[in-house]
Amino acid sequence: MPAFSVSTDPVLEVSNLCVRLGGRQVLQDISFTLNKGSVSALIGENGAGKTTLLRSILGIQPWQKGSIRVLGKTVRGQLSQIGYVPQKIAFDPYLPLRTRDLVALGQTGRHWWQGSDTAAVADALAAVQAESFAEQRVGMLSGGQQQRAVIAHALARRPRLLLLDEPLANLDFASASRLVELLGVLARKQGISVLVTAHDMNPLLPILDHLVYLVGGRAAAGNVAEVVRSDVLNRLYGYPVEVLQHRGRLLILPKNPQQGLEIPCHVHEDLDEHD
Amino acid sequence: MTDPLHLASFLHNSAVQTALWIGALAAILNGSMGIFTVLRQHSFAGHALGDGSSAGGAVAIFLGSAALWGFLGMAWLAALAMGALGLRRARERDLATGVVLGATLGISALFLYLDVSSTQASGATVEVMFGSIFALDPQLLWPTIILVGVAIALIVLLYRPLLLIAANPDLGRAAGLPVRRLELLYLLLLGTAAALSALSIGVILATALLLGPAASALRLTRRPWQSFLYAQGIALTAVLGGIYLAFMSYYWSGGASWPVSFFVVLLILLLYLASAALASRRRAKH
Amino acid sequence: MFSSFLLHTWIAATLLAIAAGSLGYFVVLRRSAFAAHALPLAAFPGGALASLLGFAPLWGLGGFAIIGVLFLRIFSRLGRRDVAMGLLLSSFLALGGLFLSLGREYAARVYGLLFGEVLGISSASLLPLALLVSVVLLLLLWQFPILLLESTQPELANAHAISSARIEWFFLLLLALVSAAAVPVVGTLLVFTLLVSPAAAAQRLSRRPYHAWALAILFAELLSWSSIALSYWSNWPLSFFVGIQGAALFLFSRIFARN
Repeated sequence: MPAFSVSTDPVLEVSNLCVRLGGRQVLQDISFTLNKGSVSALIGENGAGKTTLLRSILGIQPWQKGSIRVLGKTVRGQLSQIGYVPQKIAFDPYLPLRTRDLVALGQTGRHWWQGSDTAAVADALAAVQAESFAEQRVGMLSGGQQQRAVIAHALARRPRLLLLDEPLANLDFASASRLVELLGVLARKQGISVLVTAHDMNPLLPILDHLVYLVGGRAAAGNVAEVVRSDVLNRLYGYPVEVLQHRGRLLILPKNPQQGLEIPCHVHEDLDEHD
Repeated sequence: MTDPLHLASFLHNSAVQTALWIGALAAILNGSMGIFTVLRQHSFAGHALGDGSSAGGAVAIFLGSAALWGFLGMAWLAALAMGALGLRRARERDLATGVVLGATLGISALFLYLDVSSTQASGATVEVMFGSIFALDPQLLWPTIILVGVAIALIVLLYRPLLLIAANPDLGRAAGLPVRRLELLYLLLLGTAAALSALSIGVILATALLLGPAASALRLTRRPWQSFLYAQGIALTAVLGGIYLAFMSYYWSGGASWPVSFFVVLLILLLYLASAALASRRRAKH
Repeated sequence: MFSSFLLHTWIAATLLAIAAGSLGYFVVLRRSAFAAHALPLAAFPGGALASLLGFAPLWGLGGFAIIGVLFLRIFSRLGRRDVAMGLLLSSFLALGGLFLSLGREYAARVYGLLFGEVLGISSASLLPLALLVSVVLLLLLWQFPILLLESTQPELANAHAISSARIEWFFLLLLALVSAAAVPVVGTLLVFTLLVSPAAAAQRLSRRPYHAWALAILFAELLSWSSIALSYWSNWPLSFFVGIQGAALFLFSRIFARN
């Protein structure tokens, strides 16, 4: 295992980020920091701005105010340090790529005209335990396998930061807990900083170091105990909410049931995922 | 009868030689580009570029210049127009493609009419739409070789990023690829492929040559390199075989040879069905 | 410009535009522009065979358009639908090319079938055309709500025991009939502009189904009338004006709807 640099520089530093999209303020004054080898979650309901935030970090989505720094530099030129796993992956069954080929395409990053580094490909396949389907067409794999193939694709460039957009959606319980375990290992053993977006933080709680809770484009950040508190969340939602705890799982509900009816989506989706 | 297959007269005929060369070049480029087109489900766009290039052929005949440049120019223009009108959302893409196609076909209708009525080029419609592979000017061979050479070099150089953005554009963006520019390049290469098939085997066959071999190849292999080679091989078989059969039909049918386009499309269809049968037999075995 | 033989064209085009506008509304909703382009081309060998053997073209066109639908169903099962469509149109055009090459007057026939020959519409062909158009319209009106539901919310339609596959069959058959009727007027290549452009423009300008549908018919009428008038004055082919004005209509609706 190579010695990682001892610098305490944060891997990702987002400060006062504001993004407007089509006349709508999608993200407002977002600030948080990710350290080396940590697992963080970006929690929020549909339309809270999670994907926009990920796209800003990748430099795909321009922003109006604030700054994003990856390993102390601007994103441009640092893309080879970032691995990205988009949401809803479904490869074409006709795609003439084996899992191994897809992983090799990720490894070359910006220098796509160079040949592939087979050691990096083998490491990435091993990291997600994809050796058994390395020779199969990616489009023929199950959803969970395709996702692991894409994670290996992202790992093949040996990133310092790994971004995953809704990786737990559409996974059954067993695959989801397996993925969570994998992400924990990547962070602890390889020192990769992992940032995951999700509707529901509960499956991630065992490995979570840090939480960014997004509501309507504004965020609260910190560790779980600092963020998931009724006073912090009250301010974010703009109406009183309460935090219920049951066997180490967290549920956020509006105090006044009437408000729950008005803004039901995240509560219902949380419940759905537990049913 | 010492040569019942008429191979000697086939291969020594200079018109046939030009036809074989240009047909082969068109087949190689179309087979390769077809892989991306089938994967992206861009069949309509690929077809529209072929049909659209007919307007260029019609204008070129009207102006009395070489048809190749007309086909190419219009195919590139149509590619740029389709890129500008929006390729991102599938719904918009379909309509934008249709509108570009309609406009270019309208222009074809006008210029083919003008060709026939004012320049005595009475065979213009047949020449543009169905190709005139046995009447190709041998001087077009070198420009065609250069065009296909450049296009194939670009595909070899860029096939990895092109395949990645065809698989999932977000992965391409995250890898720092200039996705928009690559997509425009893909459209221009597609236009080049369409223009070459329009020139050789005719506008109407461009679509089959683009899609058929590639779709067959994608069934037969899971390796990226192989898929390109298979597609090129199938396209070559269809075009060269079609030219040969059309040449031979002169002897069977008592002096009225059947069109090349008919035989090429027949071979493409048969090879497509054969690949489907082969793939399903292979699946049954596993 | 209303002399007797051109009068046939006016009547034919007016009837056609009603059918094309109505069906075009669903072509755009169902994102079937490629099918709307491929099926008229599938009718092409029918026209060619009719001219070779000397029977009424409408039968050949309709017959081959329906064979085209069958081809599409079979090849869609073998693989990609859009690939099936591409193979359909190329192979049927090549077959038509073969038929034409066996007959005489090859060049003139090719142009007429591909781009239309307005003067080819005789008074005898008007009655079958009117029948065909009314059959299409009746079938369409009969199934309008179901077709609308299936085209916009297929899951909801399936929950109401409406089979998507059957609706698709039904839709493609209507498309085949309209294609057969329209080929003699605008030619195989430009039928789809008459289907797609007015409907696309109408749907940009109105969100209400019946309103947009009526608007699509109106635009289709305006498109074909103005094309006939311009074609008459300029002596240039009708399909040129259909193609160009169709594109202009779409672009205008896009600009207009944005403001």
